[in-house]
Amino acid sequence: MGLAGPNGSGKSSLLHLIAGDIEPDSGQLIFDDRGMHEWSTHERACHMAFLPQMSLLSFPYTVEEVVMLGRTPHSSGYQADRDVVEQALQLTDTASLRHRLYTQLSGGEKQRTQLARIFAQVCGEESLTGRLLLLDEPTSALDLAHQQQVLSAVRQLARRGCAVVLVIHDLNLAASIADQILVLKKGQQAALGRPKQVLTTELFKEVFAVDVTVSSHPTGGYPMITPHQLTC
Amino acid sequence: MALGLASGAVSLSLPDVGQGLVDTLVGESSNQNALIVGQIRLPRVLLAAVMGATLAISGAAMQGLFRNPLADPSLIGVTAGASLGAALVIVMGGSLLQGYIGLTLVSAGAFTGGVIAVLFVYHLATSPNGTSVATMLLAGIAITALSGALGSLLEFFADNNMLRRISLWKMGGLDGANYPRLLLATVIGAALMLALPRYAKALNAMLLGESEARHLGISVDTIKMALITWVAIGVGTSVALVGTIAFVGLVVPHMVRMLAGPDHRYLLPASALAGALLLVVADALARVLVAPTELPVGVITTIVGVPFFISLLRKRHQYGMQ
Repeated sequence: MGLAGPNGSGKSSLLHLIAGDIEPDSGQLIFDDRGMHEWSTHERACHMAFLPQMSLLSFPYTVEEVVMLGRTPHSSGYQADRDVVEQALQLTDTASLRHRLYTQLSGGEKQRTQLARIFAQVCGEESLTGRLLLLDEPTSALDLAHQQQVLSAVRQLARRGCAVVLVIHDLNLAASIADQILVLKKGQQAALGRPKQVLTTELFKEVFAVDVTVSSHPTGGYPMITPHQLTC
Repeated sequence: MALGLASGAVSLSLPDVGQGLVDTLVGESSNQNALIVGQIRLPRVLLAAVMGATLAISGAAMQGLFRNPLADPSLIGVTAGASLGAALVIVMGGSLLQGYIGLTLVSAGAFTGGVIAVLFVYHLATSPNGTSVATMLLAGIAITALSGALGSLLEFFADNNMLRRISLWKMGGLDGANYPRLLLATVIGAALMLALPRYAKALNAMLLGESEARHLGISVDTIKMALITWVAIGVGTSVALVGTIAFVGLVVPHMVRMLAGPDHRYLLPASALAGALLLVVADALARVLVAPTELPVGVITTIVGVPFFISLLRKRHQYGMQ
């Protein structure tokens, strides 16, 4: 599911709510048929992974060590952990950076490393049913090629049964990978549904206050958004 | 260690040290070498090793907890609180504080002061939403300043004799070493060496950030409290027994991290080892540099530590530090 909406509309807050960082003011969160508050911190960590917008890490871990930290909640043994880490490094194209120091990476490389850590946290088994991936703007610092690569990796995990909620500003990207899109406005749901149903000219006018043309992607068939010319 | 045993006002050769050790072990303590080695230098060198290890491993844990490679155990107020506690006992106790009992009372005052300061800092930084590490740092600075001011106030009212005792105590020294103190230090030190490495995995995850650690299944608040308690006990004991010995807790983990990386599974034990080594060497230097008098060991660690620390600051980019 893709989460979209203007700045400050509550996308990140919603992710933090799902992750259990903040308590809901009202209502209850159900994950896997159980109330979220019944899950222990450790159980939660075994089933869901969260990629925050910004990383605070300022210690000189190598890339491989950072990704290995994703295995912290699991006790699957060193060899199994190594295999999962290897897989995560491949998925995010960070294998060639494995011995580099995290603190010396570029912004995009750091983001891919953090993504690899998140992937390593959820990818233990072949079937990922019952796993949840929460990604807050996972592609914000990535070049075009890596955006494509990382998002197709996310799709791959979703096909293996993993639920994914991602905040994404580029709605063309969102339309290309999301099964569902939730649009928020001032903390309220403005639209929810398949990309084709949600991404309409009216929605953009109402929620984002911009005029756009919605067409169809020439090969993919999903909606493609083109903003109107800038007036300057 | 052997070097530490051999050096001092009366310089002994290594075979002499060996002979002295053997004599002490078999209970033969009549000759001079056995007396020097067994009764004076052995407890002192061992105390230096244990205290160095305690300070360094506490520093490594604090740096991980605060996610700041320049953090020092004294940041949470324990050193300043302990200094105030000691000064209070020295001034209030006045002439009653003679000899062994006096030294023990001063140590007890220091330990109490240190623990009270930490509890206070911890309380200030804790809200219903958890304990903020950043607030703790600032509260630590505030409590350190307050303790410093109160300490100065005490010194203002103290007489010359008390002043000298306070300032000597502040400089830190291992000259009060004896077997009962060594035993106490060893018990606390050993507890710390066993307890802290159990948090290595959690500390590794905490370096990513607190909410990231929570998402990795770490019970951040419980671990924070446990670490602070252990460090308060460890550093409180060390200040109580040997006064303030600066820079061991700061420089040693920093140095080890540059050599071995930030993984706490290696960082914690390696820091303990390096801390022990550094303090044994510093104490040996303190005894021989101006023999037959002794320099306070805290002065040596600071004089050696500061230039080293400054060079680390200037070269930190080479090691991937921000």
